[in-house]
Amino acid sequence: MSETNLDTFRGEVRTWLEANCPEEMRTPMQGDWDVCWGGRNFKFQSDAQKVWLERMAAKGWTVPTWPKEYGGAGLTRAEEKVILSEMRKINARSPLTSFGIWMLGPALLKFGNEAQKAEHLPQIARGEIRWCQGYSEPNAGSDLAALATKAEDKGDHWIVNGQKVWTSYADQADWIFCLVRTDNTQGKHYGISFVLFDMETPGVEARPIKLISGRSPFCETFFDDVKVLKTNLVGEENKGWTIAKYLLTHEREGIGGGNSSMRPLHEVAAMSLGLDEMARLSDPVLRTKIAEAEIDEWAFNLTMSRKLAESKAGQSMGADSSMLKYYGTELNKRKFELMMDASGHDGLEWESDRSQDGKLARSWLRTKANSIEGGTSEVQLNIISKHILQLPGA
Amino acid sequence: MALVLNEDEVMLRDTAEGFFATKAPIKALRTLRDTNDETGFDRTLWSEMADMGFAGIAIGEDHGGVDMGFQAAGLLAEQMGRNLTASPFLSTAILAATVLREAGSDDQKNTWLPKIAAGETIMAVALDEGPKHNPAGIETTAVKSGNGFKLNGSKAMVIDGHAADTLIVAAKTNDGLAFFLVDPKAKGVAIERTIMVDAHNAARIDLDDVEVDGDALIGETNSEDALRKVLAAGRGVVAAELLGAGGEAFRTTVEYIKERKQFGVPVGSFQALQHRSSHLYTELEISRSAVLGALSALDAGDPKADRYCSMAKSKLGDVAKLAALEGVQMFGGVGMTDEYDIGLFLKRVRVLQELLGDAAYHQNEHAKANKF
Repeated sequence: MSETNLDTFRGEVRTWLEANCPEEMRTPMQGDWDVCWGGRNFKFQSDAQKVWLERMAAKGWTVPTWPKEYGGAGLTRAEEKVILSEMRKINARSPLTSFGIWMLGPALLKFGNEAQKAEHLPQIARGEIRWCQGYSEPNAGSDLAALATKAEDKGDHWIVNGQKVWTSYADQADWIFCLVRTDNTQGKHYGISFVLFDMETPGVEARPIKLISGRSPFCETFFDDVKVLKTNLVGEENKGWTIAKYLLTHEREGIGGGNSSMRPLHEVAAMSLGLDEMARLSDPVLRTKIAEAEIDEWAFNLTMSRKLAESKAGQSMGADSSMLKYYGTELNKRKFELMMDASGHDGLEWESDRSQDGKLARSWLRTKANSIEGGTSEVQLNIISKHILQLPGA
Repeated sequence: MALVLNEDEVMLRDTAEGFFATKAPIKALRTLRDTNDETGFDRTLWSEMADMGFAGIAIGEDHGGVDMGFQAAGLLAEQMGRNLTASPFLSTAILAATVLREAGSDDQKNTWLPKIAAGETIMAVALDEGPKHNPAGIETTAVKSGNGFKLNGSKAMVIDGHAADTLIVAAKTNDGLAFFLVDPKAKGVAIERTIMVDAHNAARIDLDDVEVDGDALIGETNSEDALRKVLAAGRGVVAAELLGAGGEAFRTTVEYIKERKQFGVPVGSFQALQHRSSHLYTELEISRSAVLGALSALDAGDPKADRYCSMAKSKLGDVAKLAALEGVQMFGGVGMTDEYDIGLFLKRVRVLQELLGDAAYHQNEHAKANKF
């Protein structure tokens, strides 16, 4: 699309948003409870939240680049960027946050058959079905391909037995996309299959895990003789590892992203510690560390944009997603350590109105998982060594 | 912001890659060093660079330049960084040309810019004075005297100051900081060539009651806006050169650890080296974005461009240093020998990282600009 056409499109988007985005949806989210996850059992916080999702979904704008027949709007990436930037201008909230959009959707578009796309993608786009990801197991974390959840062949279906762990929001999800072992006679990367099933299927149980932050975003998920129809196999039997890797690449690009809506570190530090008579932060060592981190953050954000632009120009991001995941998560941890340093005693409060029930401390603790989930930093460094630097034996 | 190169820039990069690898490889620097060359760079190379349009890369077409901008200048600097090329590119084509372009009168631009673009003159900008980069602390003075000025002060780290046909001296006037054209042979000018650790050249220059005409003043008696632009351009381009030097040090290191065997296996198969290499790869990719972001902002006239160039200089100073240090360590004993090039990268990076402000200087600048 030419620049002029994009400008026309921008005008249309602006007018539509102005008319259709409810006022209440143009205010910053106050907390996790304001996030719209959708799904069968989702309780909308307000009519505005519900209306906003319905209007965006009807327009195909929850997934602008997906084809129209699957609930999208068939737009280009450039047009999607226009929608996002116009939404930002009016502080519009995201109408739908979804692992279906972020992770499963791209995998289904690439590897799913026609029936699977037609069944699942529109429900994802409309926020009707909430998905969770069944990847890690107690003995298959960094070594994901060692997974052992067993799927026994029963003709037109499998019987699945085993356990997943770190399943995000499994207790609230409607369906799961899951890696199971359908063959264990050859190397560990062969024999993995990518299957989909309903979390209400008899034999599925999800138990929340309480974390050091006091919150429970993750579950242990157990499968006891769960029946999964073979029509729910995505791609080829025993060759699910390819899909798993593709999807992890998407996940990494997302996790590396960090939290840009955070107040700049230096503002938090200046408020907390004050400035000296030369208008410098009163802690000179922290001052340097904050400057360094902010410069790194600037360069990292540019790198995200650059890699996106390069992949759009027809170059694949590939192993570079490991680089973004590694750097982004380590940087985020660093930022929160500095945030805690700057906040001192105040940042340690866990249960008080002043601290919004330990908002900073809990967020700080949450960031520790950034460099573990979606493949640890060490795994990312291994991937870079092997696939980019091509070092021997990596 | 243009973070991906356009067709012209890709072509320029490819041309520059071939040009510097052939005409000015590391071997050429060794020859200049080992023969105690009297200028420390190759004047023939400089006129060939001018023929290629490199000397006029940041000079407008109406003054004989090719006007491709600072992003393009950065692509050239990166290749020079990879080859440790000695040339008056930074001193003349970037710093001096930007002073004249930003501060000069029409007459001065018409006189000097075409000469720079044609490679006919070498100019050096005398800015710093003390042991560290500190443009806010310039003490050299220019006092009105007759219909001209009288200059007094001492300059250090004047890149190519020993070989310049004309000097540009930054000095304080009653109105602020200004730039003056000074003949190196003028009475009261004492120039000491300083061969630096990286075998590139600079000079210490003493100015003792140096008399210049009124038309030696470049533009006005307050050129502080121009100075900001000159510093931004210099820092951005040096950051690009650091990207080249750091990137090449890294590339040769990875190549080496794939070949070098100990305990019966390539040392590059050890995870201790793999993770450090992968980390460095990541840092260099982040650094490339910083350079592209800073220089394209400069070309786009972004009001924050001088901030971005400062930030890029900070980032590249740290990352290129890490690449050089890790390189020497991973090469091991041979990394300490003059025969291997990795030590030359260590030296060059040390100089470039200091030039126009080290990482700590620019972190401080970032904090000041953001009021903390």
